Amino acid sequence: MSQAIKQPRIVKIRENVLKKNDMLARELRKRFQENGVYVVNLVSSPGSGKTTLLTEVLTRLSNKYKTAALVGDLATENDAERLEKSGALVHQITTGTVCHLEAQMIEASLKQWNLAEIDFLFIENVGNLVCPSSYDLGENIRAVLFSTTEGEDKPEKYPTIVNSADVAIITKIDLADAVEFDKERFYESIYKSRPEMKIFEVSAKKDEGIDEWIDFLIKEKNLLGGQSIN
Amino acid sequence: MHELSIAYNLVEIAVETAEQNHLQKVDVLHVKIGVLSGVVKEALEFSFDIAAQGTPIEGAKLVVHEVPLKIFCPNCQKMHVLKKPIPLVCPECRQRTGEIVEGKEIELYSLEGGDVLEPSD
Repeated sequence: MSQAIKQPRIVKIRENVLKKNDMLARELRKRFQENGVYVVNLVSSPGSGKTTLLTEVLTRLSNKYKTAALVGDLATENDAERLEKSGALVHQITTGTVCHLEAQMIEASLKQWNLAEIDFLFIENVGNLVCPSSYDLGENIRAVLFSTTEGEDKPEKYPTIVNSADVAIITKIDLADAVEFDKERFYESIYKSRPEMKIFEVSAKKDEGIDEWIDFLIKEKNLLGGQSIN
Repeated sequence: MHELSIAYNLVEIAVETAEQNHLQKVDVLHVKIGVLSGVVKEALEFSFDIAAQGTPIEGAKLVVHEVPLKIFCPNCQKMHVLKKPIPLVCPECRQRTGEIVEGKEIELYSLEGGDVLEPSD
């Protein structure tokens, strides 16, 4: 039975549906800044090499900096186990059926750590090029990864996540020739949704471009006035 | 599919707003979804019915208004609406631009409803 309505009214709201997440992300960003933590949110499809690259980056950064990683995965803890070898603090967020990380999951996971002791926090998002784009996690920088094996036009298929990112990283660049990766076409594909975006080319296996990426992060961190070690 | 999570947020805001505005019954929710918001209209519509179940707004209709991409071209000093979300280039002078004015929103715009008519006997 449907109820009749007397005097129908319209109530204007104009409210961001993800306001709750965004407000919490803003609080997190403030906490990170106060504690001198530089936060990187890594997004990509499954299998693009996020964990391999991150293991390498954490291992190198851990010589001079205190590093931590939050790893989102649907089911397993395999990624966390791989990352722990780097010497970084690692915590796995198992999302179950949720295809992305939300600010509230980050907040809950931070409880076990003293933020003042951390210089760099890497958030490895769930492997997915759609859903993570809408969720601000309080990060300083969002990096979207594409591997050479995924094809040069992949960024065009996911304009929302490319547009939401600050930098792009091409992984497995050592395989570029083998898979006839058209680099120019890839850059063009990125620029379609994010003109002038900074793009790094790396290979974790062959040690290419990793130091350049790390130097960039250190420079960005220092620009923000976080606590410097030197 | 993150639309279900978005739908739960949507229902929560709608229920709160309806209460604050003394809307006893909500008939329609108007939502604005940008073409570059990452939200799929059909998936949100499907998710909304699930998220609204058992809440005071169960049975309300969700109307999704798609918002095209509007950019500002620094070269022409003008705003343009793009026919397609990408490439982000000015349709007049072909200048690339990352300045998005509209088209990324996920916004609950308005509620339609009112007080329930008491059945007269």
